[in-house]
Amino acid sequence: MQFGIFTVGDVTPDPTTGRVPSEAERIQAMVAIADKAEETGLDVFATGEHHNPPFVPSSPTTMLGYIAARTERLILSTATTLITTNDPVKIAEDFAMLQHLAGGRVDLMMGRGNTGPVYPWFGKDIRDGIPLAIENYHLLHRLWREDVVDWEGEFRTPLQSFTSTPRPLDGVPPFVWHGSIRSPEIAEQAAYYGDGFFANHIFWPKEHFQQLIGLYRRRYEHYGHGSADQAIVGLGGQVFMRKNSQDAVREFRPYFDNAPVYGHGPSLEEFSAETPLTVGSPQQVIEKTLTFRDNFGDYQRQLFLMDHAGLPLKTVLEQIDMLGEEVVPVLRKEFESLRPAHVPATAPTHASRLVEEVR
Amino acid sequence: MTTLAVVSAGLGQPSSTRLLADRLAAATSGALPDVTVETIDLRDHAHAMVDATLTGFPSGTFRAAVETVTDADGLIAVTPIFNASYNGLFKTFFDVLEDGALDGTPVLLGATGGTARHSLAIDHAMRPLFAYLRASAAPTGVYAASEDWGSGETALPDRITRAGTELAALMSARPAPPKPGPYDAPVPFEELLARR
Repeated sequence: MQFGIFTVGDVTPDPTTGRVPSEAERIQAMVAIADKAEETGLDVFATGEHHNPPFVPSSPTTMLGYIAARTERLILSTATTLITTNDPVKIAEDFAMLQHLAGGRVDLMMGRGNTGPVYPWFGKDIRDGIPLAIENYHLLHRLWREDVVDWEGEFRTPLQSFTSTPRPLDGVPPFVWHGSIRSPEIAEQAAYYGDGFFANHIFWPKEHFQQLIGLYRRRYEHYGHGSADQAIVGLGGQVFMRKNSQDAVREFRPYFDNAPVYGHGPSLEEFSAETPLTVGSPQQVIEKTLTFRDNFGDYQRQLFLMDHAGLPLKTVLEQIDMLGEEVVPVLRKEFESLRPAHVPATAPTHASRLVEEVR
Repeated sequence: MTTLAVVSAGLGQPSSTRLLADRLAAATSGALPDVTVETIDLRDHAHAMVDATLTGFPSGTFRAAVETVTDADGLIAVTPIFNASYNGLFKTFFDVLEDGALDGTPVLLGATGGTARHSLAIDHAMRPLFAYLRASAAPTGVYAASEDWGSGETALPDRITRAGTELAALMSARPAPPKPGPYDAPVPFEELLARR
């Protein structure tokens, strides 16, 4: 199992102090969080891509390239890369460049964006969301696998004799995840290509995601990539920990109550009962995270949201320390002891894909 | 077994909206051979409904209420008229349903108000809402003003009986088709690719 952090990079006032970090502070905080992820032995750091305030990460490969230079083991990823509004040619180029600079420590997750206006801002039509995701990824997939591409589609200028440079490192394209919280078409797409499927299930009850992940697994097998339980699944998570669970609840409650996504709605207790959110002791986080496997089967990547809703950087870094020191080592052991031998332990890495390639 | 869901957006307790809903339910079930009536007072779910608009999912007992409505063979929807339209509670309930949840569902529309002057709100406000939801609304909607409850005339009981009979006929004529979930039968990828 790979464990890591994913961040949306929101600039949110700290509800307990009213303090709003500057963009500069928030960007440096994201870097510090990635550094901390590596330091505490986590495997993955993934950044969102957004083109509207209050979010800062509009340029993921710039940030990930910088983090690549500061780290040695961490896999650098996205959550998500907008396959709808970015030019797939530029995605192919940017991430191949990043892959070279990071020595292969790169994968990426396709997504469709979190706000309607991003489509018109980039000259697209939101009603084409799914067709854009399908056509653009089809081109991206070819650009990384064929040295010379002739292409004609609906959404971009045709290509004649186009070579995307640099070619993927060692001729091995970065592993791709497709992220979706509700579109069956995206689960189908991930299954068709034998790519990973990431379900950020942190805001909704499990029943919905059991259907979505179940669809991906069935279709993965249908397309001949392996058995359903060998499909590559990633999940989200959202935790806040203190040694004593009452302390965690007391400290996190104002952040929960004012959080951009669910604030001023259900209580922390109600929301925790219905979703993966865990506010409590490290042991409670371990227990809740283990239920994900019960709900969705053996899976390969677990990303936690740690730095949202205005939590100060100091607190976030303490949380990642606890995650890396007290939670993840136990989860690694537990998940590994439960995993059947024929199920992949982790998502494909550059090294593992290189071996596959040689075969 | 046929199920009839009844949604009442009345705010008072007791509620004249609920009173009308019960009368409509009795008229409908009286015209059907074998029917189970499940009544939902939206007031009981007021907080959960607002939570659902923020979180995107219905929680706890409200989820069961939503499923009762979306799984029913027919629906009676009754609201008090506020400011020339259905009240906010009523609209919020139908806002949190999944797309397509009421496709083809036979629906009887009812409304209550202080005076008869708002009776056209059924046709000007409620009917377009249910047309958008692709529900199948019975031709007769029933509006009950306060004065109707103390009237010796049979106009209100007659309208209730007529509307209930219409809904029963719609439900008998069109058993609810199975609604496959979006994850049961995906569009094959080759087809998605070819659609470009």
